[in-house]
Amino acid sequence: MIEVKNLVKRYGDHYAVDHLSFTVEDGQIFGFLGPNGAGKSTTMNIMTGYLAATEGQVLVEGHDILEEPEAARACIGYLPEIPPLYPDMTVEEYLRFCAELKKIPKDQREDQLNQVLALTHLEDMSARLIRNLSKGYRQRVGLAQAILGFPKIIILDEPTVGLDPKQVVEIRDLVRHLAKDHTVILSSHILSEIRAVCDHVLIIRKGRFVVCDTPEDLEEKLSSGSSLEVTAKAAPEQAEAVLRQVPAVSGYTLLGQTPDTARFEVRMEGDAREALFYAFAEARCPLVELRPRMASLEEVFLDLTDDDDTVAAQAAALLQAPAAPVEKEGTGDEGDL
Amino acid sequence: MKAIYKREVSSYFNSMIGWIFVAVLTVFIGIYFFAYNLFQGYPYFSMALGSSLFIFMVVIPILTMRSMADERHTKTDQLLLTAPVSVTAVVMGKYLAMLTVFAVPVAIACLCPLIIALNGTAFLLADYGAILAFFLLGAVEIAVGLLISSLTESQIIAAVGTFGILLLLYLWDGLVGFLPSTAQGSLIGLLVVLILLCFLINALSDNWKVTAGVLVIGAAALLAFYLRDSSAFANLLPDVLGKFSLLSAFDSFSTDHVFDVPGILLYVSISALLVFLTVQVIQKRRWN
Repeated sequence: MIEVKNLVKRYGDHYAVDHLSFTVEDGQIFGFLGPNGAGKSTTMNIMTGYLAATEGQVLVEGHDILEEPEAARACIGYLPEIPPLYPDMTVEEYLRFCAELKKIPKDQREDQLNQVLALTHLEDMSARLIRNLSKGYRQRVGLAQAILGFPKIIILDEPTVGLDPKQVVEIRDLVRHLAKDHTVILSSHILSEIRAVCDHVLIIRKGRFVVCDTPEDLEEKLSSGSSLEVTAKAAPEQAEAVLRQVPAVSGYTLLGQTPDTARFEVRMEGDAREALFYAFAEARCPLVELRPRMASLEEVFLDLTDDDDTVAAQAAALLQAPAAPVEKEGTGDEGDL
Repeated sequence: MKAIYKREVSSYFNSMIGWIFVAVLTVFIGIYFFAYNLFQGYPYFSMALGSSLFIFMVVIPILTMRSMADERHTKTDQLLLTAPVSVTAVVMGKYLAMLTVFAVPVAIACLCPLIIALNGTAFLLADYGAILAFFLLGAVEIAVGLLISSLTESQIIAAVGTFGILLLLYLWDGLVGFLPSTAQGSLIGLLVVLILLCFLINALSDNWKVTAGVLVIGAAALLAFYLRDSSAFANLLPDVLGKFSLLSAFDSFSTDHVFDVPGILLYVSISALLVFLTVQVIQKRRWN
């Protein structure tokens, strides 16, 4: 478990991290999300003891990272943004060096080395000089280094940057595999990546806490009070008549029509889905489609981390008070929800 | 520490730097050994060592420049400083690795007195004493390079900076000769030294109260002593700074053939201080 309490990192007048607090429980895959320069790497560097915070405290498994650095760091495997590799060593030499550095007992080193090489699919590369490896392989060597010793907490700073799609999928699978026995914290500025693997998301903006929740809950909070998209097998006038009968419907707009169907955006107060279903059933206009038309996580993320403070504050207010009516019009891109 | 030491030593000998360092130092010691001892028949090897000291200024910056600067430049320091080892262990591992590389030419030099002994009279004790002083003086200069390397991210700046400081140490005795020897001059000079010391303390402690305390108490003590007995201050500044002359300790080994225990202590304590300062510099960088 990692507890971050009221963390501040100040460079002169600039706050890189501004009073950030959160807790990562055991066994979570915890995602750090924020645009470039939001303070993700700085926070991770502080959590691993590479940097010291101006104020605040980081507890790793109950050990303060500055008071008991060696005990705390022994629980952490860290892959920084730029993998810390020595180009003049072979992969195997490098990993042996890391194993010794992490004080893995001699009799376990060989075994762990083979496990780590297998997990990161580096078996064939173990005799190659790191200098001669491609970016994707270097990233994997960095990852192997972080996993080595199988520490309780594995912290990965943007582990998939610069990798090709196949390698990205491999790393995701590896992260899921690791999460069975480890707490994994990873950062990214790409939302889809966080959504694909993480069970908790922390969004930060300009070093400040914005929101921390599961990806599903985030979407849930945003969908309530939102509007529906309804497609019915009926003429538009016929469907409009039905919609007017349902009391929970506060308004509707025709989005489009084909010879035998009509598509509406329906704004509602509370949940009108059931009422709509029965109303259309009674009118003998089969509902072909009924789905929430909510802002996708992507849009929320873009708004939450917008450079403009007012846009970001509005977006954050939506999350704080999910029951409030949402004026936002969803704009495309709901397809993947 | 062992892991870092092993990696550093193998890295020096996997790259050109270690070999070039060993080769250049061996060649220059060899040239003076040939010229003084073999060609002219002078029985003391320490003479050849004393003459080859200047080559330290060139080769030691090359040995030390990448030690800390390169780690920071390539961000591999993130690995070392987030691993469960202390900063002291990291710095010591690197320092000992450089001493090991330096020990290779010194070990080769150890053969020279034996070659003299095979061909005539040799003064083995005096020569091996001088070799010890040669090694310790090199250790001090390597520690200087280590500290400079920890202050910068650029290997070039580290090398040039180290060269500058080593040149200053080489010219130390001559420079001290230019200092004023009057009582007033000594007082002013010592106050300047105190202020420089306070800059260092402030940089390390980041606590202006401590610095101000040291400054006020130190200045008060100096002034009180000066007012009580100003004649004692005559020549004090050159004497005090002359105590830190690194070469004079080596000279007492190489030309006077004396085993200079205070000189050995000076070398060891300055090396320890510089390594300590390096650790502090790296510790402090976390807060910047």
